[in-house]
Amino acid sequence: MFREIAYYPGCSIEGTAKEFDESVREICKVFGISLREIPDWNCCGSTPAHIYEPLLSAALSGRNLAIAESVGFDKVMTPCPGCLKALKGSLEAFRDPTKKEDFLRILNMPFEGRIKAVSIVQFLIEDIGVDEIERNVVFPLEGITVVPYYGCLLTRPPKFAEFDDPEQPTSMDRLLGAVGAKVPHFPFKTECCGATYGVLRKDIVGKLTGRILKMAQDLKADAIAVACPLCQQNLDLRQGQVERYRKESFEIPVIYITQIIGLALGIEPKKLGLHRLAVKPNFLFEMSRKGKENFVLEKQT
Amino acid sequence: MRIGVFVCQCGTNIASTVDTERVAEAARRLPDVVYSTTYVYTCSEPGQQEIQRAIEAYNLQGVVVAACSPRMHEPTFRRAVEKAGLNRYMFEMANIREHVSWISNDREANTKKAIELVRMAVAKLRFNQPLFPSRVAINKRVMIIGGGVAGIQAALDCADAGLQVVLVERKASIGGKMAQLDKTFPTIDCSSCILGPKMVDVAQKENITLYAYSEIESVSGYVGNFTVKIRKKATYVDWTACTGCGVCMEKCPSRKVLDEFNEELSFTRAISIPFPQAIPKKATINPKYCLHFTKGKCGICSKVCPAKAIRYDMTDEVVTEEVGAIIVATGYDLFDPSAYGEYGAGQYRDVITGIQYERILSASGPFGGHIKRPSDGKEPKDVVFIACVGSRDASVGRPYCSGVCCMYIAKQAILTKDHIPDSRCYVFYMDIRAPGKNYDEFVRRAQEEYGVQYIRGRVGKIYPKGDRLVVQGMDTLLGVQIEVEADLVVLATGIEASKGARELAEKLHISYDQYGFFMENHPKLRPVETNTAGIYLAGACQGPKDIPASVAQGSAAASKVLALFARDTIETSPQVASVNERACIACGKCIEVCPYGAIRWKELKGGIKKAEVLATVCQGCGLCNATCPPKAIQLQHATDNQILAEIEELCA
Ligand SMILES: Cc1cc2nc3c(=O)[nH]c(=O)nc-3n(C[C@H](O)[C@H](O)[C@H](O)COP(=O)(O)OP(=O)(O)OC[C@H]3O[C@@H](n4cnc5c(N)ncnc54)[C@H](O)[C@@H]3O)c2cc1C
Ligand code: SF4
Ligand code: SF4
Repeated sequence: MFREIAYYPGCSIEGTAKEFDESVREICKVFGISLREIPDWNCCGSTPAHIYEPLLSAALSGRNLAIAESVGFDKVMTPCPGCLKALKGSLEAFRDPTKKEDFLRILNMPFEGRIKAVSIVQFLIEDIGVDEIERNVVFPLEGITVVPYYGCLLTRPPKFAEFDDPEQPTSMDRLLGAVGAKVPHFPFKTECCGATYGVLRKDIVGKLTGRILKMAQDLKADAIAVACPLCQQNLDLRQGQVERYRKESFEIPVIYITQIIGLALGIEPKKLGLHRLAVKPNFLFEMSRKGKENFVLEKQT
Repeated sequence: MRIGVFVCQCGTNIASTVDTERVAEAARRLPDVVYSTTYVYTCSEPGQQEIQRAIEAYNLQGVVVAACSPRMHEPTFRRAVEKAGLNRYMFEMANIREHVSWISNDREANTKKAIELVRMAVAKLRFNQPLFPSRVAINKRVMIIGGGVAGIQAALDCADAGLQVVLVERKASIGGKMAQLDKTFPTIDCSSCILGPKMVDVAQKENITLYAYSEIESVSGYVGNFTVKIRKKATYVDWTACTGCGVCMEKCPSRKVLDEFNEELSFTRAISIPFPQAIPKKATINPKYCLHFTKGKCGICSKVCPAKAIRYDMTDEVVTEEVGAIIVATGYDLFDPSAYGEYGAGQYRDVITGIQYERILSASGPFGGHIKRPSDGKEPKDVVFIACVGSRDASVGRPYCSGVCCMYIAKQAILTKDHIPDSRCYVFYMDIRAPGKNYDEFVRRAQEEYGVQYIRGRVGKIYPKGDRLVVQGMDTLLGVQIEVEADLVVLATGIEASKGARELAEKLHISYDQYGFFMENHPKLRPVETNTAGIYLAGACQGPKDIPASVAQGSAAASKVLALFARDTIETSPQVASVNERACIACGKCIEVCPYGAIRWKELKGGIKKAEVLATVCQGCGLCNATCPPKAIQLQHATDNQILAEIEELCA
């Protein structure tokens, strides 16, 4: 299977979430998917644009979609749920008869609205498939407990996301199950992590992220799997802050789901950017090393 | 034709924005109009006398009244002209109130429009024909579909009045949801103690024929003369022989059958009697679990049955019943709470529904009336109730209020406190809807006397913590988020249309709303009649309802049937379709479109087929008239000629 799809990395992916980008690209290679960055892509506008004026946000992302469409793509994938929401927002503006005209006027580019925007999770589930992933696993994550954390945007608002259950999603659970991890029911899978309050009000993130980490700890999770750069930042980078705020220790690695899948597919930890995480997933390094040894041994005999 | 026109002022309702004098004057100039006048209240006694006087004085052959909507007063004026010797269909009404004076203040435009409407009415009247109703005999037997409390009440009332009653219930026993309830609000009397005797009455009344475990296969005919085919589903037990001793149930080795009556909180056997007070108290085999059917072995029940009643080779049987009226009382079903993923229903065993809690509270329930939680059988100390799960929530397609949940939550909280005095009950609610007699007092009692904690706000999430559940929600009165730790959570799941309601409505040719509840003929003035003559509604099949309202409707529907049956024949409206056989090309299009099944084939001499309208079934909708290619089928009193005359007058 070889396929080319449009790829919208967005700004986090080039900065704080580099390892998300690396791992997405690595696993796509395994499945013969070639990611083609949208030529000359621009900022999605992030939070400020849609707070200032939703149509501005729609037009910014509309430009990216219009370019992708003009290159001939019918699907664009982005790892960042924030970018995804912006892309979906422009499709929504295009579909809404009360906004369509203004949207197209501001966009001022040919746009047919045929293109679909999906997250990496939706892409893995719908285009690659849980079974296909399971077939390609070389190092199953046996004996490792991972809880999936979806955050707020991956499946919401339901009208935008058009994917999975908004309150009780299961797509990441299924992906983790496919790579052999033990996946207990995680009640806080869509609880708020505090989002951008990490910058302004550390106490809020301390409280909200703290609850999520605590629940993961109570469930004896070895790691938390995420699919959002902002969630990852709050849970991983700020984990020390949260520990000080709550006066307790967690030490739970917070890993992109693509890194976990990549590891199970036999990709080297370094290529997946696992070393970039703030809380080091030492058990994974260990597992990967042991797996490799066994793998080599098996091959020899 | 000599026509008289009467323009009503309706006090000032019409006269203030329509120049009625000018309308009458314009009418006077129309061809065939020999008399025209205005009157202040045409519908009043002197107003009607004025019409009758004019009919005699001017020898009128047809009358137009320009006044209000025909809905209310067309019958009034028809009676008035009939008294003066005219056929009642030689009358037309122009609506210059609802369609003119009430909708605009522009006197000039209104007057013009009123004149146009009067001209149209006169144009139509010129083509009117005297029409005469026909009479048909009534078969004075009544069928009741659904044996819940509403259907039972209707059946008993009809039977008490001496009618032959046929009661069809789809489950193995009558009783409906009320049979599953523990106690009932607002008096906390035991549900089976008040329902049980009524169920026994149904069994004992000689003029009630009960078909349990049966469903409606098809319905044909019309008011006074319906033919209903009933499918008696195979029970694999000969009910005439079965004594209900229950030996089979005791000995049946297939024990892992979820008990439907106990809302799947306990197990029953592959052969079972639904509950101890069941009517009829007969055993039924569930072939999905019976080892004889699944594995081809066992046969134990057949060996132990002292009455030799087991019939493994039984098949469904279709029987036909002829009745003159039908009461539909098929009740409701409950919303599936798994739509709210955040509540974890189906995932956490101690998150249950209100009806499951009724079973837990009931002495005949899964735990013998001791409140225990399903997961570990422990007695709960903290019980949280959540209102409006699948009610008043457009996001799950249920924007309406279920009407009974606020009340049964209060009841269940009171009962919890009675059973476990040191328990704590919490209710998350949106508003409290308790408008019935003694209802609000009842909820106040729960709050004040029993100390149930009412928290106004929605629950956002339920999650497990150890062996307990954390209910996370909002207190919108305090404006704070709160979390309550609970041992048991009861979801007040909303009421929805009973499964298969739409299919049944289609068989009966009655309408249903977008949620599947059956539609009454008029929401205020004809609450138990349907749009189809001779078919009535009772209970929650028409919309969410509590027991008092369901019972009241059961009796109301029975009284409608009795009123219908008080005569030996019924007059049928002549405003129905009729076929001009010469023009009919037998294409059959009318038969296809008729929503009431009122048209059938008729064979003339030489095997020639023609369409024929069953005047008593036809509801006068006119679909066939519009469909018929050679215009052979015409709706009397709204023929093509009459409608074209109106249109031509309007365009003239
Ligand atoms: C948890 C709970 C607690 C409640 N507590 C109270 C209370 O304390 N007090 C109170 O006043 N009300 C209470 N109610 C409301 C009460 O249950 C209803 O008002 C009442 O049951 C309505 O009666 P019904 O006969 O209209 O419908 P149902 O009880 O639903 O009976 C309908 C019957 O028709 C049968 N049927 C359905 N479809 C067909 C078909 N196609 N063919 C043949 N038969 C069919 C069904 O099997 C059933 O037997 C409660 C409701 C709930 C959910
Ligand atoms: S054993 Fe026979 S008589 Fe007794 S309940 Fe069962 S079928 Fe009926
Ligand atoms: S649609 Fe008209 S022509 Fe065709 S069968 Fe009916 S009456 Fe006859």
